[in-house]
Amino acid sequence: MAALSIRNLHKTYSGASPEVLKGIDLEVEHGELLILVGPSGCGKSTLLALIAGLEPMTSGEIRIGGRVVNHLPPKDRDIAMVFQSYALYPNMTARENISFGLEIRGVARAERETVVERVAQTLQIEALLERKPAQLSGGQRQRVAMGRAIARDPALFLFDEPLSNLDAKLRVEMRTEIKLLHRRIGATIVYVTHDQIEAMTLGDKIAVMKDGELQQFGTPQQVYDDPRNLFVAGFMGSPPMNFIPVRVEPAGGGCGVRLESAGRSYLFPAAGTGGKLGGCIGRQVLLGIRPEQISHGVEARTGAAHVHTAVLPVNLVEPTGPDTLVLVTVNGRQVTCRVHPAHAARPGEDMAFMFDLSKAVFFDPQTGERIA
Amino acid sequence: MPEKAARWAVYAAAILFCLYYLLPLFVMIATSLKPLEEIRAGNLLALPVDPSFEAWAKAWSSACTGVRCEGLRGYFWNSVSMAVPAVLISTLIGAFNGYVLAMWRFRGSDVLFALLLVGCFIPFQVVLLPMATTLGYLGLATSITGLVFVHVVYGLAFTTLFFRNYYVAIPDELVKAARIDGAGFFRIFRRIILPLSAPIIAVTVIWQFTQVWNDFLFGVVFSSGERQPITVALNNLVNTSTGVKEYNVDMAAAIIAALPTLFVYVVAGKYFIRGLTAGAVKG
Repeated sequence: MAALSIRNLHKTYSGASPEVLKGIDLEVEHGELLILVGPSGCGKSTLLALIAGLEPMTSGEIRIGGRVVNHLPPKDRDIAMVFQSYALYPNMTARENISFGLEIRGVARAERETVVERVAQTLQIEALLERKPAQLSGGQRQRVAMGRAIARDPALFLFDEPLSNLDAKLRVEMRTEIKLLHRRIGATIVYVTHDQIEAMTLGDKIAVMKDGELQQFGTPQQVYDDPRNLFVAGFMGSPPMNFIPVRVEPAGGGCGVRLESAGRSYLFPAAGTGGKLGGCIGRQVLLGIRPEQISHGVEARTGAAHVHTAVLPVNLVEPTGPDTLVLVTVNGRQVTCRVHPAHAARPGEDMAFMFDLSKAVFFDPQTGERIA
Repeated sequence: MPEKAARWAVYAAAILFCLYYLLPLFVMIATSLKPLEEIRAGNLLALPVDPSFEAWAKAWSSACTGVRCEGLRGYFWNSVSMAVPAVLISTLIGAFNGYVLAMWRFRGSDVLFALLLVGCFIPFQVVLLPMATTLGYLGLATSITGLVFVHVVYGLAFTTLFFRNYYVAIPDELVKAARIDGAGFFRIFRRIILPLSAPIIAVTVIWQFTQVWNDFLFGVVFSSGERQPITVALNNLVNTSTGVKEYNVDMAAAIIAALPTLFVYVVAGKYFIRGLTAGAVKG
């Protein structure tokens, strides 16, 4: 039995307005951390509000722990939520914030104190319990907000962009902490973010959304390596995947793609596409290839079947520290390559690049759907 | 140093206007402490030679308002027993209205709010006749309860406006968090929203108290005889002539009538500024 299961969920705000959610299906197992990710306006926060019961749904079914909660008020859904603004009650101390929900549900004072102490210990906020939210830093407020959620001991945790109000350094720290916390208490979590790095690092499963529709649902690695369409491929990953318009041509008994740059022309055989490109000979398709799959030439690997070399003039070089991003032009499109800093050529120079096509993906340029 | 000169010019202007506004108060206080002969003989701006509170005592307990000669005492308490409930009730209802309009939007809530705002611009005179009919119908005519009712109804538009605009700045995630914690409509209001409202309560109380206490028109129209508020009584006292015009008593009476609003400003004035400028609630 899934911890959370959503069937054909629709949401429209008022009669004439367009649908915000157009039939969402999701399933989250016990102890899993599901990430809802997508650009702003994709409906991810609305979906979370529907799961919480803060907004009424239009049609469909939501089950939490096997129980249909479609029309239950938030307090009866056995959930807890952490908000972007933390939403701590400004007039109460951290202790009162954490125990407020318990108090309302009639938990005895002594037991409330025990719970608060336990939660404070888990989150290392014992010293902050008597402070008001205004006297806490952003990271501390975040902890108290999580404490308030943990104190309820719910079947399902909902996180609504909890890290986006923190500065960059603290965000990375809290990200790790949330992951550790998730491992330790084994909670089921639905976590909304617009940050694809947060999605990759935190999620057991990722649901990528756009315009109220689920684009892809899978593990982070599946979504990264095997994107279902152009949108998912472009959204996940930083720097983003390169999309190169290419012509499919016959090559050595199979198919190949034609790459041209600065007067040089290359035909790379596209092996491992399961022959799906075969029907496309003569057509223009979009080759999707991630920056790390275009690197400087390495002797030991150049012999492999799916590795091909091309010499290209360098436009621009962007060192990031561990890697250097080298920008080149292929088929009239700017392409980012990720190379070792020691091997990066200077702008204007020619450089030999190794294209690893084993993870290359192909899209229909009109529909954006995956071909191979 | 043109900057310094400019600053002195600003100070000079400020001091000038201060004097300009304080002078009448000085004249009133000085005159109220002088005996009648001194007023007739002396200068308006002169300090009292032999200050006494006789005029104050007379204004409070024995000056004539029309045919009755019992001073302002009774009318002062009329005003208190009108202003206190009127202010408390209108503030409380305004807070509740504001809470609903800002945090529990419903279909048409913005229209309702816009209509309520119109209430702020209705001139007093327009409502006199319909209100008199209504009070008669309710059996509240010429009673202090009736005046309280009038002031509550008339004040609601303002108090709702104040609270609603204060509450829209409070993040609505606070209400969502409380709903998930299991708190209901009234508990959220009482435990979360009201405790955040101190500055706007101060603003509303000052505003309403000043409005209700200083009101003359409703007082003169909807009350009579010994149930009149102090503003009406003051008017009667000044207009009741027994041959000699007792300026010292008139001045003392006027100051007595103005003291409560002064007092409220002194006590809660700093919250007034703070409340008017308060933005979003941090935390």
